[in-house]
Amino acid sequence: MRPARLLLALAPAAFVAAFALYPVGVVLVRGLGGDGLGGEGSGLDLAGTLAVLTEPRTLRAMWTTVYLSLAGTAVSLLLGLPAAWALYRLRWPGARTLRSVLSVPFVLPTIVVAAAFTALLGSSGPMGWLGWDQSPAAIVAALAFYNVSVVLRVVGTAWAGIDPRREAAAATLGASNWQVLRNVTLPALLPAIRSAAAVTFLFCATSYGVVLVLGGSRIATIETEIALQLTLFLDLRAAAVLAIVQLVFVGAVIALTGAGRTVGLSAAATGGRRARAAQTPAILAATLPAVALFAVPAIALVERSLRTADGHSLANFAGLLAQPERAALAVPVGQAILNSLAAGAVAAALAVGLGLLVVTLLAHQSRGARALDGIVALPLGVSAVVIGIGVLLAYSATALGGSWWLVPAVQTLVALPLAVRAMAPAARAVSPRARAAAASLGAGPWRVWRHVDWPALRAPAGVAAAFAFAVSLGEFGATSFVARPDAPTLTTAIYRLLGRPGIESVGQAFAASVVLAVMVAAVMMVSERAASARALEREWGGRA
Amino acid sequence: MRTTRTVAALGAAAIAITLAACTAADAEPGSTASATSGAPEAPSEVTLVTHDSFYLPEDLIASFEAETGFALSVVAPGDAGALVNQLVLTQDAPLGDVVYGVDNTFASRAVEAGVFEGNLAEVDYSDVCLNYDLAFFADSSLEPPATIADIATPEYAPLTSVTNPATSSPGLAFLLATVAAMPDDWEGFWADAAGNGIRVTASWSDTYYTDFSAPNYGGDYPIVLSYASSPPFEVVDGEPTTAALLDTCFRQVEYAGVLANAANPSGAEAVVDWLLSDEVQAALPESMYVYPAVDGVDVPADWAAYAPLAESPFSVDPAEIDANREAWIETWTDLVIG
Amino acid sequence: MSDLDVAGLSVVYPGSPPVTAVDDVSLHVARGEIVALTGPSGCGKSSLLAGIVGVAAEQGSARVTGTVTWDGEDVTAMPVHRRGFGLVFQDGQLFEHLDVAANIGFGLRMARVPRDEREARVAALLETVALQGYGARRVDELSGGQRQRVALARSLAPGPRLLALDEPLSSLDAELRASLAVEIRRILTEAGATAIVVTHDLAEAEAMADRLVRMDAGRLVAGEA
Repeated sequence: MRPARLLLALAPAAFVAAFALYPVGVVLVRGLGGDGLGGEGSGLDLAGTLAVLTEPRTLRAMWTTVYLSLAGTAVSLLLGLPAAWALYRLRWPGARTLRSVLSVPFVLPTIVVAAAFTALLGSSGPMGWLGWDQSPAAIVAALAFYNVSVVLRVVGTAWAGIDPRREAAAATLGASNWQVLRNVTLPALLPAIRSAAAVTFLFCATSYGVVLVLGGSRIATIETEIALQLTLFLDLRAAAVLAIVQLVFVGAVIALTGAGRTVGLSAAATGGRRARAAQTPAILAATLPAVALFAVPAIALVERSLRTADGHSLANFAGLLAQPERAALAVPVGQAILNSLAAGAVAAALAVGLGLLVVTLLAHQSRGARALDGIVALPLGVSAVVIGIGVLLAYSATALGGSWWLVPAVQTLVALPLAVRAMAPAARAVSPRARAAAASLGAGPWRVWRHVDWPALRAPAGVAAAFAFAVSLGEFGATSFVARPDAPTLTTAIYRLLGRPGIESVGQAFAASVVLAVMVAAVMMVSERAASARALEREWGGRA
Repeated sequence: MRTTRTVAALGAAAIAITLAACTAADAEPGSTASATSGAPEAPSEVTLVTHDSFYLPEDLIASFEAETGFALSVVAPGDAGALVNQLVLTQDAPLGDVVYGVDNTFASRAVEAGVFEGNLAEVDYSDVCLNYDLAFFADSSLEPPATIADIATPEYAPLTSVTNPATSSPGLAFLLATVAAMPDDWEGFWADAAGNGIRVTASWSDTYYTDFSAPNYGGDYPIVLSYASSPPFEVVDGEPTTAALLDTCFRQVEYAGVLANAANPSGAEAVVDWLLSDEVQAALPESMYVYPAVDGVDVPADWAAYAPLAESPFSVDPAEIDANREAWIETWTDLVIG
Repeated sequence: MSDLDVAGLSVVYPGSPPVTAVDDVSLHVARGEIVALTGPSGCGKSSLLAGIVGVAAEQGSARVTGTVTWDGEDVTAMPVHRRGFGLVFQDGQLFEHLDVAANIGFGLRMARVPRDEREARVAALLETVALQGYGARRVDELSGGQRQRVALARSLAPGPRLLALDEPLSSLDAELRASLAVEIRRILTEAGATAIVVTHDLAEAEAMADRLVRMDAGRLVAGEA
């Protein structure tokens, strides 16, 4: 790398080092070093570390993580695969609309998903009679709620890309519809199914908000156990050991499945054949479960947000602007909305700014740039909770201690890799010869970038900004540790209100969830309309 | 077209950044790190960190602000347990200047971590006791339980709702009561209680408001975990409908103290003095259902009749609590929740 | 009356306006006969073939009217996999996830032919198409000519009543085309197959077929009475 480029690379690398690598290092070193939260270290305690690993709590959390993730993945595939067939393989009136509706859960913040299932399955919810409140079944349903969209996107686009003549060839060889599906279509879809399953499994295994809210005090995964060990028992060593377990676990899943690398989707969904009238029952059977899984909790959430002690009204929404009663929240939810918008705007600006540096370097295809790309992607593999704890511990005693700016900082970490992925294809597509031509006409490096690279990057940068903004608005795991109680974000405010007894604050929690969902969906819709989001969908298979 | 869009985007970004700056500025008084310590003028605001059951009448807060000139802001990061842990985690950049609501089941942890500057002041106390539904036992051939040990039996366990000590402070207090009452056999007690079907909820409000069979609530459990001060609130038409079992109590004491690294230590002292003043002490029973800790402050008349204190509540040495709290909770979790 | 009878067949692709690719075509093919369908590109010969085999609706949402009968049995409404009409695609459409032997044996597996019998038949077909020893190869290791021979063997394996070949040689280079055309003729004759071959190359058509039928603008122009 040339010195000038090295200088450009410094900003994103330093940012990730300061707000991810260093804080995670602090958690590990202080936790394993045995100095806990006090200060003076007692040195590495191997016996203590092993004791954490073999404790029943730890083993239970590991097992819970595995079985919840497996079940969440299985249900997502079970509902997602038939729906992918009906929505991407066949063309029928309404299929397109339904496709975009079912892609919404993909971007919904997990805390909103958790609120929706609380509204549905809680003791006063329309399906409270199931007795699923605070049960693994509720968590699995919520995990499937947003991961069905992952399966739809990844498998659906692959399905639409299968040459229909391949299946026709099998039919001329005597294969019935089922035989075609089993012997030709599924084998061709297998790579897509595998990568959808891997990504879904990872999302399930690292899910925080959903398990925290719906699992109550009884169900803990590695991710929630990390938080619990710290906030309930102040046991930094256990938190650090579990953080390593989580790192190894996520690393192993990525290594075994290639999740994240193979998700790049080849083609937009253009194929598909017109559905026959006779297929109507099959289409209904294939799509209804997925639609119900989306619509029923969504409707329950809206209904609960409107429900008050005496009937239905907008009182909960009006209450968002008032000073909350008692000490549930230090400020009105309206202030939390402003906090979230501000943090999201700063995080989006930072993510796009740093991301532009990364993709510009990537476009020049140096080896160092690829390393930088890897460094920037690191926070996606690290638990958000560990990053939040790390930032809290690393910066409390500094001038940044308690600062509001830590909130957008950790949100930028989560948004940056997504911003890079949104812009990288466009940056790579810029022809080096165009740059050479511009340079030969007398343009310096800055003006080459300004007149050759930037025009190609402008639209993707807008999409990246929208994604980064939406992801920041919904970020909960890391934010919950760095946002101060007197300056909550919308996600931390919802979590606090959900935990408060009393119909008023719970009603406000649901109303705030609806507001957050609408904000995120609006941002995504505007961005998809403003710029072609196709490039992004093709490139990005991940979710924050 | 394109230019318009770019301009619009820039405008939006500018608004957002302005918004961010405002929010950051708003948040400044709470973020009391080192930034304000060198400031020339004295801070005008004092921040009280407390648990989320905190409540005092508006006029008391107004008179505090009028007398001292400090604006009081209240921050509640969670219930009593979460409060202490938040204080420890953020001690280098404290959430505020002064704390109220740390109780004797958790205080040693915070003291040991160096969260406080100076000593803690006792502000109030209350007895965590089993309460029972008078009408249920009047209609039943069963007598109300006499001791804690009774509720592990097949007769009483299915009638009893308690709270999880890992998530609720009365739950932890009651766990400590069982440890104090049956030092050698509290594990056996809980194993029996769980085997005989005792109900466990996550929070006091679930147990009291949802499960209690008292006329005001209509749940299914005639024995619930609550406070000695609960029965006065269940007097219907001048007649009590519930009573506390005064031989099952654990005394919870709540403290106030100045936080180390506080931005406004003198304001913090003023808040502690205010909490100990006769006016606030007299308001405590009606506001937070606790007894005032300062001698000579009157309690409401019906408290004497319906909310007598336990004569010899159970207690556990704070040092012992601190050494064993996590182990006891973990053992309890294994025995009862599994 | 045995053999294939096509009566008044039309294939219409949806759109505004709809495109009539095949317009009221009638055609008779006798058992054991090899007929070549020729004509300029876009004349509808491939659509006619797809209409006969039953894959027109599968491929482009086309609407097919008219009747197709075999031995007097109307097969128009019969699903593709029950018609017993084989089809060799222009680009082979081999199953990439299966090896050469599994591709050829696919139809036999669908018909639940026992493994021993299947393996013997596949071996014989590999010999027929001169690919002995290629059974375990991956199909993406094959040359273009080899791929088309595998496609031909695959279609012959289940013993179709009628074999349709859609431009089977067009993706190959000229030299290979000439020799493979002769070879296809030999293979079809040896198998005693009834076949329709679509090609735009007159020389190829003559090399492969007993009889030529010319199409233009969706209609037959010569050769059929």
